[in-house]
Amino acid sequence: MSDNGEKPKFVYVSYIATTPEELWRALTDGEFTRRYWGGRRIQSDWNVGSPVKHLREDGGIDWQGEVLKSERPRLLSYTFHMQISEQHRRERASRLTFELQPMDSTVKVILTHEEFESQSPTFETTQHGWPAIMSSLKSLLETGSPLPF
Amino acid sequence: MDEVFKALADPSRRKLLDQLHTSNGQTLSELCEHLDMTRQAVTKHLVILEEANLVATVWRGREKLHYLNPMPLHEIYERWIGKYERYRLRALSDLKKGLEEKNHER
Repeated sequence: MSDNGEKPKFVYVSYIATTPEELWRALTDGEFTRRYWGGRRIQSDWNVGSPVKHLREDGGIDWQGEVLKSERPRLLSYTFHMQISEQHRRERASRLTFELQPMDSTVKVILTHEEFESQSPTFETTQHGWPAIMSSLKSLLETGSPLPF
Repeated sequence: MDEVFKALADPSRRKLLDQLHTSNGQTLSELCEHLDMTRQAVTKHLVILEEANLVATVWRGREKLHYLNPMPLHEIYERWIGKYERYRLRALSDLKKGLEEKNHER
């Protein structure tokens, strides 16, 4: 939830049959993200204030940000600044948060994406992407294989 | 998955989802403004939608905001539709390849 009281744009909730530790690893380990997140590797030491990068196979940066909250394995939040075009680079960073709540044999994961500028190109680019990424993550953790993109 | 289909099998609940699709992150009062239902009925429907994970809620101060959560619908899409989408894409790519090869032969 944003600190400035602004309404989040997206809230996605999924239940994944895994443990919070495994899910944390899936969100923070580049080798793991490469398998379900469109071939991209996430890179950070996950200390508050450290940079986060999302790297393509060719080494280019899709988006970058800064770690805001890192409470393993419950809460992960970072700024999200897309680099894929001049238009995206010009706008200010939005904010992405993952909350992990263990429930019996599953983990409830809540993805919140907020603090977009109005008419945000990042909003346009990401709004259809999250359900596909989250479904692929769920499939990878539950069955060992991601969904084909 | 049963819960999802049960939740969707009611026109009032589909209307509630339509409302959130139009404007995401509404409070109970905001949702009631646009619907011809009592507050109690809306509350009851929201509980069923939330149990089916079709609606997600977050608190902003004292306000409870309701969001359309597309994840269960995306899973249904992946199960029965995604496959055909991929076949269609493959068919298109085969068509392109076939036509280009033909052109090449000429």
